[in-house]
Amino acid sequence: MPEQAPRVRAGNFDEVPLGYTEELVLRESSRCLQCKKPTCVPGCPVSVDIPGFIRLLLEKKPVEAAELIKRTNCLPAVCGRVCPQEVQCEVACILTRKGPPVAIGHLERYAADTAARLETRKQRPRPALNGKRIAVVGSGPAGLTCAGDLAKLGYAVTVFEAFHQPGGVLVYGIPEFRLPKEIVWREISELTDLGVEIQLNHIVGRTDTLDDLLGPKGFDAAFVGVGAGLPLFLNIPGESLGGVYTANEYLTRANLMRAYRFPEYDTPIIRGESVCVIGGGNVAMDAARTALRLGAKKVMLLYRRSRAELPARAEETHHAEEEGVEFHLLVGPVEFLGDERGMVREVVCQEMQLGEPDASGRRRPTPIPGSRVTYPTDLVILSLGTSAHPLLTASTPGLNVNKWQYIQAGETGRTSKERVWAGGDIVTGSATVILAMGAGRKAAQDIHEFLSKSDASWTRTAS
Amino acid sequence: MNRVLSNRPLARDIHELVVEAPGIAAVALPGHFVVAMADAKGERIPLTIADHDPVRGTLTLVVMTVGTSTRKVVSVPEGGNLFALAGPLGIPSEIRGFGTVVLIAGGVGAAPVYPIARALKEAGNRVIVIQGARHKDLLFWSDRLSSASSRHILVTDDGSTGAKGLVTAPLQELLETRSEGPIACVWAIGPSPMMRACAEITRPFSVKTLVSLNTLMVDGTGMCGGCRVDVGGKVRFTCVDGPEFDGHEVDWGLFFSRQKVYHAQEQCSLERYVKEIIP
Repeated sequence: MPEQAPRVRAGNFDEVPLGYTEELVLRESSRCLQCKKPTCVPGCPVSVDIPGFIRLLLEKKPVEAAELIKRTNCLPAVCGRVCPQEVQCEVACILTRKGPPVAIGHLERYAADTAARLETRKQRPRPALNGKRIAVVGSGPAGLTCAGDLAKLGYAVTVFEAFHQPGGVLVYGIPEFRLPKEIVWREISELTDLGVEIQLNHIVGRTDTLDDLLGPKGFDAAFVGVGAGLPLFLNIPGESLGGVYTANEYLTRANLMRAYRFPEYDTPIIRGESVCVIGGGNVAMDAARTALRLGAKKVMLLYRRSRAELPARAEETHHAEEEGVEFHLLVGPVEFLGDERGMVREVVCQEMQLGEPDASGRRRPTPIPGSRVTYPTDLVILSLGTSAHPLLTASTPGLNVNKWQYIQAGETGRTSKERVWAGGDIVTGSATVILAMGAGRKAAQDIHEFLSKSDASWTRTAS
Repeated sequence: MNRVLSNRPLARDIHELVVEAPGIAAVALPGHFVVAMADAKGERIPLTIADHDPVRGTLTLVVMTVGTSTRKVVSVPEGGNLFALAGPLGIPSEIRGFGTVVLIAGGVGAAPVYPIARALKEAGNRVIVIQGARHKDLLFWSDRLSSASSRHILVTDDGSTGAKGLVTAPLQELLETRSEGPIACVWAIGPSPMMRACAEITRPFSVKTLVSLNTLMVDGTGMCGGCRVDVGGKVRFTCVDGPEFDGHEVDWGLFFSRQKVYHAQEQCSLERYVKEIIP
């Protein structure tokens, strides 16, 4: 896949991959063996017919290829960019026995982008309404998928979004250079074409409660896809100094509020020169690469385990490194020091060594006593992960959560509360776009089955 | 989009907007705030709900112009729209029968004090409001505060109206002389140094004092941590744990330094805004 050169792209917010040419697509598609029993399909959380769409690309039918993908994955342009194919479909590709797999992700991206370019937005005929109304809370990937599937089945769907723009983590979390917002708008407009109503600036749990929606507001069922938005902290001294951001704040300012275009956009952001990002996941890579693009001379990623344990996608880590992010491994912060204005000036760390594996299966980092490493800095981004925010669950009696505030839900998303389904990060903890979509899809099917029966009882299948 | 039904100046640099927001007006309580965006490129800023009418479906917002965002909000004409308005946010004020309470309204703080005072009076409390400003041109809603209280004390720094002095003087007197009996609870809302000063006055008398912090915010729903403050040694988010906090427990130094973080960008933005609208 042709890419922007690292030095060039570290100064702009354009996508890194430049996209396949038709020649590259045909070449890559012809590598697919069209296995009778494909090993790639079970690797996909929504079971896209991978050999099927690749065959259509080989036949120079990108629009049909995109249509085929959309039967099971309604956001192919998004997934083609952000799915961790290397641990889902591509890792299972039979070609990996001898060499690189078929570049399924890049082909999906090509199909979706080309179809969008070639097709004029046709007014698809709206399905006949069946008279039932569904409330979807949250317009991230889980909610959008659930909404789209139910709209296609004739339900009147209203999506409630707390922010002033729909998309959830697709717009506030993932930067422009990994996922252009225009693509998200395009995918969302297909939903509104189907008749899905999106109410922005509507916070369920504050403006309305879930009981309000299911009761006086007359919705027949609700799907909760509010994500895991509560940022985690280290709880060490100096964590509230000026210049110490959670990744949520840093990325929301940069992405959703477009602070990278300040002062054209009003929201400011600190443009550090010597930036420390604490963490090792995709969000940490996003934060680090955003800091570079905002003009940092030095961006250091501080991670407490070793390279092998970095949770970020290999592709994101690779891109970050090419762009000049420095990896400082086996270090963990113990304190942030500030100047007389209360702005952060230094991160004080301990060196770590890896011991026995912990509950996650990764080797546990333990501090080396007496060790000390310091990093001068003017901007720290805490990218330690997120957990469930209780804003909705705390205002919804009867909706059971576990001890970490995640909603307890069965295989098809049924919660303890009648007519309420849930899926995505609010159930699983922070995971991927495609898993959230899969949950939205399963819940939509189950909602339809439940509402189609007049005598259905609310039993929750074991989680 | 939320239509602005009326927009009028209340005092120097202070405007009163009545905005259509039926969903929020139906459930708003004293102490709640909203997050507003003036236009699509604007900031998300918190504004206290100073009054609301659930029947008409409106909110009253009182805005003091400080920088670009507040100027943009007050520039929306009647019939125009705010780009976004979300809420109600924050934990509402605790309204119950306390006994005798004192509410200090400093400057633009008169707006957030008003709904709290009114509700406390309706709950049967003896409500003493001390309203202050630097000069009489900066005072507003004195009539509203008067009707919302059992006793209304007016002061100005320069003595241009009411008694001359700071709001802390009448507060000190009430506590020392016990002329109104024991004070069960104090609310102090206004410029941060004023809130801090009031908390220091009440501290030796061990009177619970609530302050309303106006930290910087981005989302307002608790997902970013930008509004975090240190209260009693614990990290709290102003948007979901506040905006009211125990004034004796707030780490004021940290609060003040976090407020200044974007000073340079704020200047830059305002200079650019002023240049653009005054060619």
